Amino acid sequence: MIRPESLLCPKPEGLYCAPGDFFVDPVSPVARAVITHGHADHARAGHGVVIATPETLAIMAERYGADFAGSVQPLAYGESVSRDGVQVTLVPAGHVLGSAQAVVAWKGLTMVVSGDYKRRRDPTCPPFEPVPCDVFISEATFGSPVFRHPDDGHEIAKLLRSVEQFPDRAHMVGAYALGKAQRIIRLLREAGWERTIYVHGALERLNHLYERHGIALGPLAPATSTAKQDFAGQIIIAPPGALADRWSRRFPDPVSAFASGWMQVRARARQRGVELPLVISDHADWDELTATIDELRPGELWITHGREEALMRWAQLHDIKARALALVGYEDETED
Amino acid sequence: MRAFAELLDRLSLTASRNAKLVLLRDHFANAPDPDRGWALAALTGDLTFDAAKPAFIRKAVEARMDPVLFGWSYDYVGDLAETVALVWPARPGANREPELSEVVDALRGASRAEVQRLIEGWLDALDATGRWALLKLMTGGLRIGVSARLAKTAVAAMGQVEVAEVEEVWHALSPPYDDLFAWLEGRSERPTADAPGRFRPVMLAQAIDEAIDFGKLDPDDYAAEWKWDGIRVQAVSEGGVRRLYTRTGDDISRTFPDVIAALDFEGALDGELLVLREGGMASFADLQQRLNRKSVNDKMLADFPAGVRAYDLLSDGGEDLRALPFAQRRARLEAFVGALNTSRIDLSPVQTFATWEELAELRRQPPPGDPTLAEGLMLKRWDSVYEAGRPKGPWFKWKRDPFLIDAVLMYAQRGHGKRSSFYSDYTFGVWTEAVDGSRTLTPVGKAYFGFTDEELKEIDKYVRDHTVDRYGPVRAVRADVRHGLVFEVAFEGLQRSTRHKSGVAMRFPRISRIRWDKPSGEADELATLERMLEQMEGR
Ligand SMILES: [Zn+2]
Ligand SMILES: [Zn+2]
Repeated sequence: MIRPESLLCPKPEGLYCAPGDFFVDPVSPVARAVITHGHADHARAGHGVVIATPETLAIMAERYGADFAGSVQPLAYGESVSRDGVQVTLVPAGHVLGSAQAVVAWKGLTMVVSGDYKRRRDPTCPPFEPVPCDVFISEATFGSPVFRHPDDGHEIAKLLRSVEQFPDRAHMVGAYALGKAQRIIRLLREAGWERTIYVHGALERLNHLYERHGIALGPLAPATSTAKQDFAGQIIIAPPGALADRWSRRFPDPVSAFASGWMQVRARARQRGVELPLVISDHADWDELTATIDELRPGELWITHGREEALMRWAQLHDIKARALALVGYEDETED
Repeated sequence: MRAFAELLDRLSLTASRNAKLVLLRDHFANAPDPDRGWALAALTGDLTFDAAKPAFIRKAVEARMDPVLFGWSYDYVGDLAETVALVWPARPGANREPELSEVVDALRGASRAEVQRLIEGWLDALDATGRWALLKLMTGGLRIGVSARLAKTAVAAMGQVEVAEVEEVWHALSPPYDDLFAWLEGRSERPTADAPGRFRPVMLAQAIDEAIDFGKLDPDDYAAEWKWDGIRVQAVSEGGVRRLYTRTGDDISRTFPDVIAALDFEGALDGELLVLREGGMASFADLQQRLNRKSVNDKMLADFPAGVRAYDLLSDGGEDLRALPFAQRRARLEAFVGALNTSRIDLSPVQTFATWEELAELRRQPPPGDPTLAEGLMLKRWDSVYEAGRPKGPWFKWKRDPFLIDAVLMYAQRGHGKRSSFYSDYTFGVWTEAVDGSRTLTPVGKAYFGFTDEELKEIDKYVRDHTVDRYGPVRAVRADVRHGLVFEVAFEGLQRSTRHKSGVAMRFPRISRIRWDKPSGEADELATLERMLEQMEGR
């Protein structure tokens, strides 16, 4: 049996596949990169060849310009590419539009680099597909038993109830520009909120991109009107950084809401001055992480980034061989 | 339980008073009886249990999960109830979420062993927010920034009555307050308020506007007396029931057994709670030694003897005097206090004056003795009835001019609610000189801004442009001998403090003026404050 380290091993730039000569989600420019998804800490500009889903490539082009890489190689979900006997297949990860797990197979050994993922339904992307493997390489952003995200429908209902209770105030929802913002908008539409949703300028291009990919967001308008009172009773979506910023002063007595898994912990909400925390995350929570590992029962579990300590302990208690890669350069996107 | 849990959850992160009132009012309007009554009791502090100790809860969770993982979780979250609420590994089963009233009934009635079994079932049935609320409720101390007064105000708002009306009947009520809600919803008569020893809603004074009011007021219409620097109380003794209340109706009898023992009369007095030694009053700092204590020991009682300086008489031998004019109440009060045989209750003397100028002189130059410790003067119309709340006109307070110093802005922090995007809370310091002659700033106080939006924006910009360091929500602002923003700080008094690096603590500091013109090096020295303090103590 081949050692998994000879197929994939951690390097300063990221996970490296020596027999195929490529990196997965490298944090600095490399010759060949497989990119799992479009979040800035996973998808950087300046690589030679980029292999990713067409959606991820479109997101990178939108963010960095058409010349973000030397050349690109689109790989739709389920499609494979082979090079020197190493086969790479992209499989849905359920994280954001275009997000994929990279399934790397070589000489009978299968390793899955999950990238960022979640297990629950998301109206903006296909669900995570479990792939049997010898080594499962997982994130652990919310790798602590305290993080157990509630049902997102419950959180959206909380927001809508607050809008009803405070009709004179604007509700400002902080949401990361790629994925979270569009998911919140879709969830609001599903909950029956048909009114115009106002959006910060930083979200506009990605909103359009999602719409071009068939995700209908309903009536949106830029949050730049000058009359303060126009925003009373309205919902505004903005990147998290704008919540406590001067930008927020244009709205009448805003209720600051923030959609993030970190909002599970009250002190975090208090620290940021969030009045209405919405525990909605695009990452797997503790129960999803452990259920996924339990379901796959990989020969080995590798943990890329996040809070690996507790997940290592859990694996040990469940007799699963685990290893923390402690890759640097990946931060949770909501921690702006 | 769910609605109550979600209410607590929102309240715990809501800073604005108005928003809290909306949340509370809506809850009282929508939750069914008796759940809303128990919710009200929990918020006013009238509901406590001793059934569940934190140690038991910790044991219960560690029986279900790896103690190492629990320990790490607790380290991360920092609050036991919240940690357990988040990590609780629920057992699946036919669990039904309990109603608040079920929880209260069980906790009040069941044996300890039964309660522990029940708690585990409830934790299994509730979601994380519900578990958090349950654990907060059971372990005591909701600590969500809602005072009893605010909860009563919200109930009053729901029934569209004045909060004084709720306070008047409050002490005749008990949880879950079915009769209160029935009255507020127009389904029954107002609950009876004549229980012996009950609280009477307090009459408060408007701050006088010197520029406008004196021109319109006739000195002959008003009585003047000192506004003593203690806490306003109501001392009631009726049919053997003795109570001491704060001005919001909180019962503080247990903290002041010495005062209670002295209430050897039949009636209700309005007065100021003070530490009284040999007929003279001590400073507010001495009274503070007695406030907010759960238990009192003999040494405390001997070192800081408390008493009441009487302002008014609300009830005398069963007769309600509140509809009488102040002149008549005052005469009754003098006779009433004169007949008492205790040194713990004395009379707040009325000051004679002929003109407002004469009174102004008295306020500027109080005679030696207790008046030097007064906060200012009170003016009461001789013909005023005793009316709950803060009516405009009959009573005025005329505070002593505040003390002023110039201090330098050192740190700024974001405000709450509407001000959360502005740096509006400020820590300021004054100069101290080292032996080598170098000067450094020592923080002496914290205040938030109370002026126009325009000025707030200017300071906000100044803070952003002169930030030298950040600690979470706090920014350190450049402040040295040559650079810095000077504030004129007004405050009501000074106390020695071991908790402050400077050794002094200000009472009610506020920023009265921004001194854009003043060089930071010319702000005041700590020695100035020390001199002020010595003067105050020496008086
Ligand atoms: Zn991501
Ligand atoms: Zn990530």
